[in-house]
Order: sequence, then structure tokens, then C-alpha cells
Amino acid sequence: MLSLKQRRSLTTALMGILAWGVALAIFFPIFWMMLTSFKTEIDAFATPPQLFFTPTLENYTLVNERSDYLHFAWNSVVVSFGSTIIGMLLAVPAAYSMAFFETKRTKATLLWMLSTKMLPPVGVLVPIYLLFKDMQMLDTRIGLTIIFTLINLPIMIWMAYTYFKEIPKEVLEAARMDGSTLFQEIWRVLLPMSKGGLASTVLLALILSWNEAFWSLNLTASQAAPLTALIASYSSPEGLFWAKLSAVSTLASAPILIFGWISQKQLVRGLSFGAVK
Amino acid sequence: METKILDADAIRTMQDTAPTAGGVSKQKARISRLMVSPSVLLLLLWMVVPLSMTIYFSLIRYNLLYPGENEYVGLENFRFFVTDLGFMAGMTNTLLLVGSVLLITVVFGVLISLLINLAFWGQGIVRILLISPFFIMPTVNALVWKNLLLHPVSGVFAAIWQFFGAQPIDWFSELPLFSIIMIVSWQWLPFAILLLMTALQSLDQEQQEAARLDGAGPWALFWHLTRPHLARPIAVVVMIETIFLLSLFAEIFTTTGGGPGYETTNLAYLIYSQALLQFDVGLASAGGLIAVILANIAAFFLVRVVGKSLTDKQ
Repeated sequence: MLSLKQRRSLTTALMGILAWGVALAIFFPIFWMMLTSFKTEIDAFATPPQLFFTPTLENYTLVNERSDYLHFAWNSVVVSFGSTIIGMLLAVPAAYSMAFFETKRTKATLLWMLSTKMLPPVGVLVPIYLLFKDMQMLDTRIGLTIIFTLINLPIMIWMAYTYFKEIPKEVLEAARMDGSTLFQEIWRVLLPMSKGGLASTVLLALILSWNEAFWSLNLTASQAAPLTALIASYSSPEGLFWAKLSAVSTLASAPILIFGWISQKQLVRGLSFGAVK
Repeated sequence: METKILDADAIRTMQDTAPTAGGVSKQKARISRLMVSPSVLLLLLWMVVPLSMTIYFSLIRYNLLYPGENEYVGLENFRFFVTDLGFMAGMTNTLLLVGSVLLITVVFGVLISLLINLAFWGQGIVRILLISPFFIMPTVNALVWKNLLLHPVSGVFAAIWQFFGAQPIDWFSELPLFSIIMIVSWQWLPFAILLLMTALQSLDQEQQEAARLDGAGPWALFWHLTRPHLARPIAVVVMIETIFLLSLFAEIFTTTGGGPGYETTNLAYLIYSQALLQFDVGLASAGGLIAVILANIAAFFLVRVVGKSLTDKQ
């Protein structure tokens, strides 16, 4: 018979194995995508699927000439970073004033901002599409940047707000007593004190814009299409393309995956609007 | 050092004289309004302009193929949209999709987050592996599943089926909605795990230990301590997922295109096809408003839960 202690450590070991099994199963599609990206098209299509093969980098070199990868990647970069920068410029002052100069309307304003996020995009697809058509903003990076800024602004404000809320008011008041201006107060005191939180706000905004698909697919064609749209164009099969699809997908996903890993803990706050910390 | 002490004194003086400093607080309020207003104005525009246009379009006849015939038709668009063949299918599929994905992600989310909350070797890596699918873009998710995993000839699933001597399944034509549910669940399960895992970390360890010393078994511990603690995060997961899943689009667009027939057409895809494939702006707007009303039901509860957490802090 096992002693209680032995039984407990056996359970722990079994649970650990189970956890690893579940994690590997859930990660498998990503692993398989990355693996396939190093196969030749013939190997990628082989039945049964090959686990061992001679790796090749040809898909990565082909991807750019075949589908102009860099053009789409640049669109993604411009639109994600553009919307995140504009969003932060709007969100930081808003969150600052709501966190440190609270009025009786602050809570209602915050909740109202959250409620704009609840508006389903299909509900406003038609008017936005027609407005964009009239203003010749269809298939432009500016148009997409504006949309991404607006859909992520509530989340950025909420996240920044919850981080600012944790800074004691006295610190800012002390800076004010020293005679610093509002700008100096924000730039020299507030931002350095909350840089971790703001960094994860930026990362979340980047992740959300990078992966956004609804507006990208509906408002862009070829000029301003980001990576989500490029990959969607692989949905009509043409000969052997599994390995190339995997290579494009790996390239498009890798940076965001790394951002996500870095900031997983802090992202929860933004994703749950501060309800889970 | 000296300045710091001075500051503390200054704060104390300021706090003592706070009620008389009416001018300062008035100025503060003005600055505050000034700094919030750009965001408020933009979001207000973002909400009011398109939404009122949608309401207006839903009440007129408006097809881009027949310009100029834009008379007021009352609720005709709504009647047409609701009696359209696709509507019942769209509603049923939307509810099935949202319901199944919620059930799968919450049940497995709770189980997996409880599992990885135990201490074992490689916990950090396991967590990273588990949350990864959430960061994959929806179009990549859809195409990788469709072509590399669920493909009836060269997919991994087909190989597994064959290994056990079974006939491989052509997932997207035989079980289209189920396939969509599967790939969407894979994407959203990490979201549930991420939130629930974080919530579990803030569970009171001392309380747990005390209960264990008092002889509480693992089931009693779960039921009386963990379950109440997870109630709010679960509610948040359910509501946020509901809002996103009601508008699920890219996964359907890239895999099945709503088909075969209407089998994977959800409300969002139906509206998209009315608007951008059949150019019927009036009809699509009526559908859009129905989607807005549905989302509002979920949003109403979410705003309450999140609002409560705002007051909790203060």
C-alpha cells in the first residue's frame, strides 16, 4: 500500500502528465502549421501526413514573390501601429482625467464607452461601407486605421484607467506642488509610474488590430489589405499550396504570438474590462 | 530627501484646506472635461452616425442595383428579412454556434484552469501552449484547420481515422456546422482558460488551507470556495464571448461561405450576403438592427457585472 504522501505525489505526477497532454493537443494545430511550412508541397500533401522529412526554406522564399507578402505585411504594420498610436494619444488623457479627477459622471461615462464596444459590426457595416465609398476611403490604410482606432479605443481607455487608478493620488499632487505643469506631470510622473501597464495596453491594441478580420475583409481589396485579408485569399485552392499557406500563416502569426506570450498576465485586465485581475 | 518631507506636509495642508479650495476643483473639472471629450466625441460619432443611418435605411427601399427608388416602406424590410428562407436558418445557426461554443469553452475552460492551477513540472510552458490559439488570426485558424487538419485526404484527422480503420470524414461537407463550432471553440477556449486561470490565482490560499485542515474534501473545497470565486469570471467570459460570437464572420467566410445551402450561415454572414453580395441595403440594415438588439441583451448584463466591479474597487 502507498502512504498518503506517496499517493499525493503520484496524483501530482499524473495530473502533470494530463496537463501536458492537454496543452500539447491544443497547441498541435500551431505546431503542425509551423512544421508544414518547412515541407515541400509534395511532402505537405503526402498521405499519411509526414512527421519526418527533409526541411526546406523554399516556401518562405517563394511566399514573397508569389503573393507580395511584404506589401500586405506593411499594410498590417501601418494600420496596427497607426491605430494604436492614435488610440493611445486619445486614451491616456481620457483615462488620466477620469482616474484622477473623478466626477459623479465618470462611472457612467466609462460604462457607456464599454457599451460602444458591444455594437455588433454587422449592425453598422452597411452605413460604414457606403460612407467610406462616398469619401473614397474604401481600400485605404487611413480608413482602416480610423476604424481600428475606434473599435479599440474603449479597451485602451479602460485598461489605462485601471492602471492609473492604482497610482496614489498623492504622488501626482506632490508633483503639482513642485510646480510642474500638467504636461510635465503626465510625462515625468504618470507615464514612468505606469509604463508596464501602458506597455501591455499597447500590446493588446496591436494584437487586436493585427488579428482583426471583419472590417479588413469588408473594407479593403488589394491596396490596403492587411495580412488577415491576404490569408483569406488562400481560401480558394489552387493546386498544391498547403506548404505556402503554412509559411504565410507562420510569418503572419509569429510576432503576435510572441507579444501574447510576453503580456499574457496583463492582457486579462484589458480583455475583461477590469472585471478579472 | 528634504523635498519629500516638504511634499508630504504640503499634501496634508492641502487636504486640510480642501473644502475651501473651490476654485481649484472647478478648474480641475474643466481640464478633466477637456481631456475626456475627444474620446467621448469620437465614440459618440462612431455610435450615433452609422446606427441612425442603419435605422433610416431599414425603413426605406434601397437597393444599390436600382438607384433612385428610395421610398419609405415602413417595416417591410423587417418583414422580408424575417420571412426570408435564410433567416430561420441564420437564427438557428447563430444560437447553435454561440450556445455550443460557450458550453465547450466554459466547461473545458474551468476543468483545464483547475488542472493547471496544481503544481507540476513545466507549468509556465503549459500555460503558454494553452493560451496560444487565442493569438492566431481568425483567417489563419480557419484555413489551417480546413486544409491541414480536417482535409478529407491529406489531413491529420483523416490519418487518425484511417489508423483506426475508419472511413475519413469530409468535415466541411458532412458536418459543416460542427466543424465551424470545433475551430471556433479551439480559438476561444484559451480566452476562457486565460481569464479563469488568472482568477484562480487570486483565490485565498489561507482560506483553502484552513478548510482543508478542518477536513473538507476536494469536492467540498471546489463547491464552497472555488465555485463562488469563479462565478464572476465565468459570467464575464460568457458575455464577452457572446458578443464576439454573435458577429462571427471570418471563420465562415474563409471556410464554407455560409454553405452548403444555409447550413453554416449565421446572422452576421446573412447580413453580409444581403448587403455586399445582393446589394439590398434596406434588407441588410433591417437584419443589422436585429443583430444589434440581440447583442444588447448580452451587453446589458455584461455592463452590470463590469459596473459592479467598478464600485467594488472604491
